Amino acid sequence: MIDKQKKIIYFDHAATTPLSKKAFESMIPFFMDDFGNASSLHVLGRKSAFAVTEARAKIASLIGAKTNEIYFCSGGTESCNWAIKGFLDKGTHIITSSIEHPSIMAPLKELEQKGIKVTYLPVYKNGIVKPSDLEKAITKDTALISIMFANNEIGTIQPIKELTAIANKHKIPFHTDAVQAIGSMAINVKDLNVDMLSLSAHKFYGPKGIGALYIKGGIRPNKLIHGGSQERTMRGGTSNVAAIVGCCVALEEALNNLDDNSKHIRVLRNTFIDRVLCEIEHCYLNGDRDRRLDNNANFVFDFVEGESILMMLDLNGIAVSSGSACSSGSLSPSHVLLSLGVPIESAHGSIRFSFGIGNTMDHINYAVDKLKETINKLREMSPLFLQVKGDSKFV
Amino acid sequence: MYNEKVIKEFSDPQNVGELKNPNGVGTVGNASCGDIMKLFLRIENDIIVDVSFKTFGCAAAIATASTATRLIKGVTIEDALKVTNQHVVDELGGLPSQKLHCSVLAHEAIVAAIEDYKNNKINDK
Repeated sequence: MIDKQKKIIYFDHAATTPLSKKAFESMIPFFMDDFGNASSLHVLGRKSAFAVTEARAKIASLIGAKTNEIYFCSGGTESCNWAIKGFLDKGTHIITSSIEHPSIMAPLKELEQKGIKVTYLPVYKNGIVKPSDLEKAITKDTALISIMFANNEIGTIQPIKELTAIANKHKIPFHTDAVQAIGSMAINVKDLNVDMLSLSAHKFYGPKGIGALYIKGGIRPNKLIHGGSQERTMRGGTSNVAAIVGCCVALEEALNNLDDNSKHIRVLRNTFIDRVLCEIEHCYLNGDRDRRLDNNANFVFDFVEGESILMMLDLNGIAVSSGSACSSGSLSPSHVLLSLGVPIESAHGSIRFSFGIGNTMDHINYAVDKLKETINKLREMSPLFLQVKGDSKFV
Repeated sequence: MYNEKVIKEFSDPQNVGELKNPNGVGTVGNASCGDIMKLFLRIENDIIVDVSFKTFGCAAAIATASTATRLIKGVTIEDALKVTNQHVVDELGGLPSQKLHCSVLAHEAIVAAIEDYKNNKINDK
C-alpha cells in the first residue's frame, strides 16, 4: 500500500468493480460536448434526452422489463430506500429477510420506530430463506415483501421465484434488492414475477452514482425524492446522463459475456475455496456452497480477527473485505454471519473474497499462499490459539 | 484511516509471544467484543526486565499492544503504571477515533499484569 507502483490484486468486486473501458468511452461525450440537461428543449437537451431514452429502453430489454418501468436514481441505496419508504404507511406490516443490506435494514429500523411491523425471516445455516416461512409470516396487514436476490456478504441466492409465487397468491407487492446479482446472472423480471427490483451500475463494471428501480406497471410507490418532472415525475433531479449511458453499456457488455465471465470466475473461486479449506485449519466457508454467486467466497478463520487479516493481506497487495466489527466501526460483527448461527467470536474473524473478470489463476495461487502466511502469523500472536501436540483449540 | 506509524508497528510488531517465566500476567478484553490482550511481564527488583504480548484483535489492537510493550520494557513498575492510553496513542502518532478503545485496552493490560505480579508477590510471602 506504500508502494504505489505495486500491482494490487483486487478481490473486492462485491464492494465495487472497475469501470469497463467500453462503458467509460461511451460516457465521455456527455461530459463536455453533449452536456445538455435532458430536460432542456434545445438541441443539446434533446441529444441528452435521446441518450437517456435509448439507455432506458436497452436496460429494460436486458432485464425483461418495459421501457417505462425503469426509473433511474443515484444507486442501490436510494433504489432500496425508495422501494421500502415509498410503500409503507403507518400500521402496515412488511416481511424481509434477516440478512438484508443496510440500505433495506436501516430504513426498516426507522419505520419500526414509527409503528410499522417488520418480520425478519430466518435464513438458517446455509443463508437461504425458506418459502414456507414466508407463507407463515403473511398477515392481513402485510403491505410489502422485500427479499434480496443475492447476499452482499456471503453471496447466497434466494429462491425468488418460489417466494414471488407466494406473494402473488396473496396479492402482496414484492421487491428484491438485486444489486449484487444483476450483471452476474441472467435476470428477467417478468419471469421472476417481481414487482420492484433494485440495481446499481458500479457492481457490474459501470460507473458509481447511478442505479435504477424497476417498478412494474400498475405499482405506484410514493416518491422519495421530490423535485422536477424527471423520471416521469417520479424522481426529481437532473438526469445523470453520462452515468446512465455508462450503466447501459456496462450491463449490455456484462450480459453479452455472461457465460464466459461466469465460467472464468467460477473456476477461480472454486479453486480458491478448495485450496483454502484444504490447506488452512479451523476455517469454514459461510453460506451454501452451491447456491451462491459465482464470484463470492466468505470464510471464518477461528482464533484471529478479520480486520487484522484484511490489513495484513493489504500489506501484501491483496484487497479484500471483512465482516468484523472493527472494520465496520460498529461494536457487533456482521448481522449476516450472526443470522447463520456463526458464533460471535468466530464472526469477528470473517473475510469476504469477491472475484472479478480481471483476476487470474496466478492471483488465486499467490493469494492462498499469502493468506496461509497471514493466518499463521496472526494465530501465533493470538492468545486464543494454543498448539498442543498438533491440536489447536479455543482456550 | 491508519497512519504509516500504526501500519509499521502492525506489520512488524515487537515482543510477540509468551515469556517462559513470567511473574505477572494480565488478560483484558473478550472474544465476543473482538479484542483480547494478554501481557506477560518478567519483573526483577520492581523493574520490568522482559515483556511480551499476545493479542486477538484488529490492526490497532496489535499495534497498541506492541507499542505498550516497548514503552514499559526496562522501566520500574511505578513508571510503567504511569503509561496511559494517551501515551500509547501519541507514540503511534494518533489512532482513528473508533480505535481509541484499543489503546485503553493496552493500558488496562499493563495495570492487570502488574496487579497480578503484586498479588503473586504477596502470595509468595
